[in-house]
Amino acid sequence: MFHIFKKAAQTHLVTIGYPHAPAQIPESFRGAPSFDFAAWRDARPAADACPTGAIRIEESAARRRVTVDYGLCIYCGQCAEADGSSAVKITRDFELAVRERGDLIMTAEYPLELDGNQGELASVRSEHPSESETQEHLESKVQHRIQQVLGRSLAIREVDAGSCNGCEMEIGALNSPVYDLERLGIHFVASPRHADMLLVTGPVTRNMELALLKTYRATPEPKMVVAVGACGISGGIFGLNYATVGGVDAVIPVDVFIPGCPPRPHALLHGILLALGRMEKRARIGK
Amino acid sequence: MTHSAGQIFDQIRDRCGVALDRWHQANDAEIRADAALSDVRRMVAGLIENGCRLASVFAEDRTAVTEDFLIYYVFDHPADERFLVVRTVVPSHLPAFPSVAAEVPAVNWQEREIQDMFGLVADGHPNPRRVALHDNWPDVHPLRKDFPIDTVLPPFEGEQHVYRPTLGEGVFQIPVGPVHAGIIEPGHFNFAVAGEPILYLQLRMFYTHKGIEKRFEQLPVNRAVYLAESISGDSSFSHGTAFCQAIEQAAGIEIPARAKRMRTVLLELERLYNHVGDIGAIVNDVGFAVANAHAMRLREYLLAVNEELTGSRLLRGIVCPGGLRHDWNDQQAKKCRESLRQFEQDFAGLMQIVDSSDSTRDRLEHTGILHPDKARDLGIVGVGGRASGVDRDLRRDHPYAAYREASFEVPVYQEGDVLRRMRVRVDEIGQSLGIIRQMLTRLEPGLHLIAIPPLPADRVALGAVEGWRGEILHWIRTGAHSRLERGKIKDPSLSNWPALVEAVQGNIVPDFPVINKSFNLSYSGTDR
Repeated sequence: MFHIFKKAAQTHLVTIGYPHAPAQIPESFRGAPSFDFAAWRDARPAADACPTGAIRIEESAARRRVTVDYGLCIYCGQCAEADGSSAVKITRDFELAVRERGDLIMTAEYPLELDGNQGELASVRSEHPSESETQEHLESKVQHRIQQVLGRSLAIREVDAGSCNGCEMEIGALNSPVYDLERLGIHFVASPRHADMLLVTGPVTRNMELALLKTYRATPEPKMVVAVGACGISGGIFGLNYATVGGVDAVIPVDVFIPGCPPRPHALLHGILLALGRMEKRARIGK
Repeated sequence: MTHSAGQIFDQIRDRCGVALDRWHQANDAEIRADAALSDVRRMVAGLIENGCRLASVFAEDRTAVTEDFLIYYVFDHPADERFLVVRTVVPSHLPAFPSVAAEVPAVNWQEREIQDMFGLVADGHPNPRRVALHDNWPDVHPLRKDFPIDTVLPPFEGEQHVYRPTLGEGVFQIPVGPVHAGIIEPGHFNFAVAGEPILYLQLRMFYTHKGIEKRFEQLPVNRAVYLAESISGDSSFSHGTAFCQAIEQAAGIEIPARAKRMRTVLLELERLYNHVGDIGAIVNDVGFAVANAHAMRLREYLLAVNEELTGSRLLRGIVCPGGLRHDWNDQQAKKCRESLRQFEQDFAGLMQIVDSSDSTRDRLEHTGILHPDKARDLGIVGVGGRASGVDRDLRRDHPYAAYREASFEVPVYQEGDVLRRMRVRVDEIGQSLGIIRQMLTRLEPGLHLIAIPPLPADRVALGAVEGWRGEILHWIRTGAHSRLERGKIKDPSLSNWPALVEAVQGNIVPDFPVINKSFNLSYSGTDR
């Protein structure tokens, strides 16, 4: 017992202030790449280097369309390294969670010059331009109802639907004294029947498809689903294949998507709070 | 430390009772040979009799080239630094091979996986049911070359898995999973219990099978490194390194000394954060929440060290064929050393708390015993093996990276209980800190990366790394255009699950979580 008290006295407060205080993210952290679409001259090296195909190029006639999907990105930084120009930069941005899958996808169109480079940016947009007002309204109604039912507490059931265990490592870290999820009234529960939220990692495998569906059905209404990580959003580096069905939304409806490979605990916290309506909705990635 | 630098395989060759043709040393780390299909059983028995261990069995579809399938048997011997890889030919018109699972239980699942993935029958297998593809899958063999990876299979409506029945008065079954109560990976455990004690445990895995080996055949090598990092999320760097070692061997290059030492540092950092986390999880499973809180805090501390050196908490995106993607400056190295010095003190304080708790020791000692003879027979590797008398560690026995120049001890215990599996981790943390200190001291200026020449096609190579769990093997065959024809992964978990089945027998159900945690096997590494 003496040793326990001694150790406690030696250990200072380790719990982070986030989300009430700004997150302290180390300088070295490799977060989301940012793209200066207007200044980007040639997307080919970055697209070639991307391990998951998150940067995609389509060419027709004298036009090039460049698509960047943050839901496929594994934050390896290869694009910035291969690009070499200042148009692609690695940032320390981690608050990437969104409500709409389309908000993670950006598309830029360019006229193509003779040397294969991109001309002046013609247009840039998110795949889903912006949600209609009615959708926004509906969303806030559901949100309101959930908040009414749940009050300030939230019970989460974590479901690994095929993950490599990387996301589980970081989700598990939320229970550590450093992130201390319970200080926010949020806790992990052992059964979907006790849960308000399913926190699901992927890629969803054929062998887990049914189990995920059953878990979803066993969760009482109202409920939310948060898809975690590149694989939970899109299938990630594993992609769609004979053994997978892709992201979580291929099987059950998803309320919030948290990009990352894996998302750091701060990012998970941000996404969970976003689902709860306790975090400002992020306008759009890349801005 | 003692190096087992002998070359005993050449003597064993004459004693194993069968003809091993085309015997040749392919490189410093590997002997290759061929055996006739009809000799396989005698060959395996002969080699095991002479002290070898069958580390892995896997197949390859060469029907497009030679109309044959090939099956490889990877052996190792405590007195030889090389692996022995014996190849045998299975003609496509007679798609069957002799099973050795009855004599070598370690390859039970591996042989069944060959059945599932290639459609080759394991003749004489004591339990030839499906393993990787669940019972409800249609009749497909995904690792055959004529099976496209993007095949969309129809909804599964086939058979359900039948478990061995649980019969008798007062005997019950407890089905658990695949969705578990904790934040862990999916798998199904079927316990047969008589009151509290567990009579036996049946496992059902491969819920996270996501076609990784097939996917390896699609990606260019530089992208495939990221796939290797995602085989088992807590072993990203070890799997990535094993893969890169195989590529480097196929390319015929040796990475610079600085890169070797940097890799060694990162391999040990991976061991450190996982071992600390496991120690916390083990004591937590017997109710010692305070100690777990300190362990989780320390694990976070180490993840920050990882991030400082690599930009990734889980050491991702740093290893690449030829070395490492980024160099460290002196300040980073110095900061790492200082951080670990502080960690060492802090960790000693944690262990003081753990060791001063008699009730914790009482719960861990004599719990989940895996007897040394069982561990040897089952071919248990890594932490689980070393806690049960299996004195094997690839870092010492098949040195790679800069381990040849490192001085360290391999802790081994005989008791085989949860307490010793924890002690192995505690001891290894001390050794890892020593190894990192040695590496950082010798981190002389130099290249951290060299260019890989264009990868020649049709080369085979083996990469072996002692991950924090145990032996990780990556075997590759290169194809045209810097792609792979085959990427075989052997995670230590695949052969270690039977250890859990053995260790839980006779223990009470409430002790299952702590026994499971003391092995902490990777589901994703098993299922791939």
